[in-house]
Amino acid sequence: MSTSATSPVSAPPRSSTRPPVLEIGGLSVDYGVGDGAVRALHDVDLTLRRGEVLGLAGESGSGKSTLAYAVTRLLSPPGVITGGDVRYHPREGEPVDVLAMTPQELRAFRWQEVSIVFQGAMNSLNPVHTVRTQLTDVLKAHRPRMSREERTGRARELLSLVGISPDRLGAYPHQLSGGMRQRVMIAMALALEPEIVVMDEPTTALDVVMQRQILRQLVRLREELDFSVVFITHDISLLIEFSDRIAIMYGGRVVEQAGAADIYRDPRHPYSHGLLHSFPALHGPRRELTGIPGSPPDLRAMPSGCAFHPRCPKAFEPCGLRTPHLAPVTDTGTDTDTGRSVACWLNDDRRSGES
Amino acid sequence: MKFVLQRLAFYLLTAWAAITINFLIPRLMPGDPVQSLLARYQGQLSSKSIASLEALFGLDRDRSLWQQYTDYWASLFRGDLGTSFTFFPTPVSEVIAQSLPWTLALVGTTTLISFLLGTGIGIFAGWKRGSWLDGLLPVTTFISAIPYFWLGLIAIAVFAVQWPLFPASGGYDTSLVPSLSGAFVSSALYHAVLPGVTVVLSAMAGWVLGMRNMMVTVSSEDYVMVAQAKGLPERRVMFSYAARNAILPNVSGFALSLGFIVGGTLLVEMVFSYPGIGYVLFQGVGAKDYPLMQGVFLIITLAVLAANLLADLLYMILDPRTRKEG
Repeated sequence: MSTSATSPVSAPPRSSTRPPVLEIGGLSVDYGVGDGAVRALHDVDLTLRRGEVLGLAGESGSGKSTLAYAVTRLLSPPGVITGGDVRYHPREGEPVDVLAMTPQELRAFRWQEVSIVFQGAMNSLNPVHTVRTQLTDVLKAHRPRMSREERTGRARELLSLVGISPDRLGAYPHQLSGGMRQRVMIAMALALEPEIVVMDEPTTALDVVMQRQILRQLVRLREELDFSVVFITHDISLLIEFSDRIAIMYGGRVVEQAGAADIYRDPRHPYSHGLLHSFPALHGPRRELTGIPGSPPDLRAMPSGCAFHPRCPKAFEPCGLRTPHLAPVTDTGTDTDTGRSVACWLNDDRRSGES
Repeated sequence: MKFVLQRLAFYLLTAWAAITINFLIPRLMPGDPVQSLLARYQGQLSSKSIASLEALFGLDRDRSLWQQYTDYWASLFRGDLGTSFTFFPTPVSEVIAQSLPWTLALVGTTTLISFLLGTGIGIFAGWKRGSWLDGLLPVTTFISAIPYFWLGLIAIAVFAVQWPLFPASGGYDTSLVPSLSGAFVSSALYHAVLPGVTVVLSAMAGWVLGMRNMMVTVSSEDYVMVAQAKGLPERRVMFSYAARNAILPNVSGFALSLGFIVGGTLLVEMVFSYPGIGYVLFQGVGAKDYPLMQGVFLIITLAVLAANLLADLLYMILDPRTRKEG
């Protein structure tokens, strides 16, 4: 990463002033209904601003992917959205509520406005169709007036955009390497020039060299095409390099949200601190790795109060009793308001939480 | 292309082995079929046909096994499968030529219908799980669990005897002369209703179940989720992403079942006395008609082989992963 915007050491552009493109408010998701229901997302508030890279980090089961699927209404049963709203702000016109869309509206919205690069490139492409078919059918569905030649032309263009020779258009997925498949998926995600691209652990299945190559390509594409990115991963050191803002999730809640550099310098939530110190930093001075004791909470039996308190080294009296809410905090180091918020009693003991 | 040629070579080899076994079996059998036949047709067989029978069954002691083998191949290429005893003196090839179209028409059509219907229902049942179509599954499974001959007999008892809506047996009205006239064709269709419907009913459940389960499996694949996320029309996701992949096992199953069209319908044709090849085989077995049995077995073997080849080729067309590079 050579650009300064993606380096953790220099200050990132303050993205809190940009207009929002996606506003998530009080979003809750259950798996199952009735007594057996498990709450995977609790009142999640999150704002994605135009042109920024928002990182979502957390352990397995923290609700990162559930959040991404809920926003695009792709949750498959038994996942149910039980509350909240998701507002999409188009470049022109009034914001629309994604959760209230009719199936037709939803189909038009998907990929045109929000596209997704899924976890596991190996299975994201249909093995029986060529790359061409899978790149062009999305154009056919959303751009019915495009001719066959135009669609093929666009598909060739997209492949070269991600650094794949356009003559691989006729190839089947099994004839491509894992890295190429993931790049085809990225090309596909950009086919309609969407406003938002959700990347759900896009590089997890790839080796480190390929990860960096693909991320570098993503950074370049994002600068060229100016879309917003929701980047989901458990690899927080990757996020710190790559994103403008980071939201840390634990047990279905956002526990801390701040600029990437702020989180790196001064994580406020003990969980963020633990997460940061369980990965080696890619740049900067060496630090001791500590990790987080214990294992992620069981969603069927969440601890009372703050879900993290049984594993928290700094837990004190209110933590087991009351649930802290995400609330803005001012940075101690800088004097500006960075739009940072934390859900932890350590940071604010004046606030009251639910019992 | 190289792959296709390899497969073809493989099937030619298999066909050769099957025909050779078909040649050897009567020669390895204990007892002497010719003697039992001579006993049955006392005085009616000319010495010439006795000689040909002996040649056919490998009883010609003057010729070596190798010579008999080459003779057998020579007569095969002439389309000469010997003379049937049951339908004496009709040649076996003619008996088969007369009965095969009936079987192909009845069982071919019903196999196709049950495949298309069953797969279609399976696609919808698997795509919209929990709909009323799921309620149909136990019913079809129940019907397919009934032994076929019993289902056929019940159908005859109810729809041919109790309420004589359909004929109980035969392939056409015996007062008509087989031809392509309208009266004959409609009579043949009328006679085919009862056996046809029972075959479709009993064969369909397998296709429904197989297809539904594959649809359920494939629907949870990532690429189906991707197709949904792409905002493709529902139909496109359902057919082009889910069903297109889920149908692969059913297609090879279908191609294989084509092979059994020729031979696997003994029960249907027995129950309905349908003039197809299964009924002919049944009669041949009852009358110890060795040339006829040998001829029918040969046709069945070749049909199964051809269906296997078809299954291979179909699979190759439908699933690019099975194609070899270059």
